Amino acid sequence: MSSVGQLALIGRRSVSRTFRQPVLVVPVIVFPLVLLAVNAAGLASITELPGFPTDRYINFAIVVCFVQGALFAAITAGTELASDIQSGFTDRLSLTPVRRWAMLAGATAGGASIAVVGSVVYLVIGLIFGVQIETGVLGALALLALAIYTAVAFAGIGAWLAVATGSPQAVQGVFPLLFVFLFLSTMNLPLDFIQKDWFKTIAEWNPLSYLIDGMRGLVIGGWDASTLLPAVAVATVIMFVTFAGAARSLRGRVQRT
Amino acid sequence: MATDNGIEVEGLVRVFGDEIRAVDGVDLSVAPGEIYGFLGPNGAGKSTMVLMLVTLLPPTAGRATVAGFDVAKQGPEVRGQIGAALQESALDDFLTGNEHMDLQGGLHGLSKNERRTRGAELMERVGLSDAAGRKVGGYSGGMKRRLDLALALLHRPSVLFLDEPTTGLDPQSRSALWAEVERLSREDGVTVFLTTQYLEEADVLADRVGIIDHGKLVAEGTPTALKAGIGQVSLEATPANPNDREKLAAVLARFGEPAAASPKSVAVRLVSGAEQLAEVVRALDAEGIQVGDLQLHQPSLDDVFLQQTGRSLEGEEEEAEPAS
Amino acid sequence: MSGSTLSVAMAVLRRVMIQTFKNPAIIIPSLAFPLVFLIAFAGGLSTVASVPGFSFKGGYTAFQFVFVFLQTGAFAGIFTGYRIAEDYESGFVRRLLIAAPHSRGIVLGFVLSGLARFALTGVILWAIALLAGMTVLGSPVEILAMWLLAALLCIASTLWVTGLAFRFQSVDIGSFMQTPVFILLFLAPVYVPVALLTGWLKIAASANPVTAILDASRGFISGEQTKVALAFALALGLAALMGLWAALQLRRAQRGVT
Repeated sequence: MSSVGQLALIGRRSVSRTFRQPVLVVPVIVFPLVLLAVNAAGLASITELPGFPTDRYINFAIVVCFVQGALFAAITAGTELASDIQSGFTDRLSLTPVRRWAMLAGATAGGASIAVVGSVVYLVIGLIFGVQIETGVLGALALLALAIYTAVAFAGIGAWLAVATGSPQAVQGVFPLLFVFLFLSTMNLPLDFIQKDWFKTIAEWNPLSYLIDGMRGLVIGGWDASTLLPAVAVATVIMFVTFAGAARSLRGRVQRT
Repeated sequence: MATDNGIEVEGLVRVFGDEIRAVDGVDLSVAPGEIYGFLGPNGAGKSTMVLMLVTLLPPTAGRATVAGFDVAKQGPEVRGQIGAALQESALDDFLTGNEHMDLQGGLHGLSKNERRTRGAELMERVGLSDAAGRKVGGYSGGMKRRLDLALALLHRPSVLFLDEPTTGLDPQSRSALWAEVERLSREDGVTVFLTTQYLEEADVLADRVGIIDHGKLVAEGTPTALKAGIGQVSLEATPANPNDREKLAAVLARFGEPAAASPKSVAVRLVSGAEQLAEVVRALDAEGIQVGDLQLHQPSLDDVFLQQTGRSLEGEEEEAEPAS
Repeated sequence: MSGSTLSVAMAVLRRVMIQTFKNPAIIIPSLAFPLVFLIAFAGGLSTVASVPGFSFKGGYTAFQFVFVFLQTGAFAGIFTGYRIAEDYESGFVRRLLIAAPHSRGIVLGFVLSGLARFALTGVILWAIALLAGMTVLGSPVEILAMWLLAALLCIASTLWVTGLAFRFQSVDIGSFMQTPVFILLFLAPVYVPVALLTGWLKIAASANPVTAILDASRGFISGEQTKVALAFALALGLAALMGLWAALQLRRAQRGVT
């Protein structure tokens, strides 16, 4: 069987398994939307600051949902893969002629697919509540594509954690840390509007800021390569580094001869 | 099926860290079509041995071939010949039995059609046809083991590895699984390497038994030969009146060496076997000792284990070995 | 209160304290959450103070600190609840319920444990905020009053999770413990005063008892007393209500025991 065929088989299993566990799916849909609702209403007055890039805060805040969805993808993918390692399911697969990378990438499909569903839901809900996307239909599609690309990249973080630790608890323990990263980004304000220098510096170095700004540009700005390209670049780097790290660690974890 | 589907192991060693010698120089050979029982307490090195033979753990030293292929150098060829049901059946609770079959069959390169027919055939054989469309999370322990076995057989392996296949099963499920393993060996000529902590299992099922303790093979042979090595039948007697226990012991001592017994009774290994029974009874009668209970015990694999290691196997509970 | 009730309470408290001192990492989560919020909100959103209509004398760090401080109080209770539920799973609470003739003492012990944890995390949080240069305009008495309000929230949340622990006797309900507390806290005017809120959140915040407690506490830290009586009445009421809930669940659990 071709490696793509193997990937499809393992990916399909990961997706079915994930969507049969509502406890994995529901929070990904609900949490980002609740945070959006609270922030859009709580920070609505921020748009009155002179020079704020949009006059409706929900336009500004909607993209945070996509990044949160991607963070959930990372944790779900990681937790699922770690449980497979712990239960011996990866050992079972290793007894077949499966290729390691297909096993790895396939296992993350479930987590990534939740983010896909989540992203579509965020977008639809956002549009219902009056989000306006400056770049139009094409921009909305580009936004979805970028969100999904980000989710796949983040699934690599989860996969690496899973293979390195082999423990679902350890993967979940990292979850709050990922959210700290989100809080210390341009999530709530554009970089220019952050007054405290130390916070500004953190946000400037925070890769999540570039992903947020890239997606945000499509909603409130226009087609702007200077925000889009860094976002794509950041996601690509994360993807390659994490999947390469995971593949390396997997060699130690599955010592098949 | 390959004609040479035996297992040859020479000086196999696996060390974890610097200290733990989980498998410490094992030699054994399993003939094609034979059922080999690998017996030992928890932590003795059974699972480590299996992981090495199924190519999921590289040996530290020594050499092993399965179906003629070297486990360290010809991993893919070995895996093509073997099926394995490892400890903790490692099934996905959220997938159905059929979905497991489909996934595993696909990875083994079976076509969609083959997967369907072969899957249905195996589910039928292990008695899971009715449950094939249900999620594995709802299966009983016995059903999971049977599915695990069916999955291991999917690609028609010539050598089958079963790591504690019946641990935690009820007696009924256990004998059903035994019957299937027996059939695979007798009718299909599959070589079976099975580990167990159950003496009964090894006794009933295995053509030959190897006993492992602290990573070393301490005894090997057919169950009958091993038991014959112990030789003597033992006799256990319980006095009707507990105060007679000392007197009873004195009488029985004339007939053989003392053996382990419960606190209320006395046991001896009969020097010349069961024929002595009548003599024993007459002697007890002559001394006026009333006996409440009298039993003859054939030597068991536990006696073999006890003799080899100085410990009893049954009820041995140690921490799991590092590999599992 | 009889002497033995108190001695049971002290025994429970002692156990929690020993656990904490043997493994100080236990308090990290109850400190980490508020700290992250303090950094993210006070640090990241300080521009909000420039929004037209935002008039808070103490500055945005103090404005956010008050929210985070109340959150610390509430979370000290919740994380104490995790301990209780764990103790339940290990059988320790059951043993206490059988052994202690004065089961109210057990509940009191949990509340004291929650308060002790709050005292610890609250002091650390204050120290960090003061080191970071937070402006405090309130008098010592006003700051004390602010501590009292947060302590009442801590008591209420401890009683809430104590009741849950008695009811479900399992650690699996962790998110069930936090979620209502989180919702109550975040449906208060977190980022800006109620006046600057719009739409549904304004309605929710106006109905939320935590809003008055938050407003009064912000009043204390900036030396502009507001809604003091209302805030104390609501905080006391909340604690009493949760006390009732815990007492009901305790009775229920005891029926299961005897």
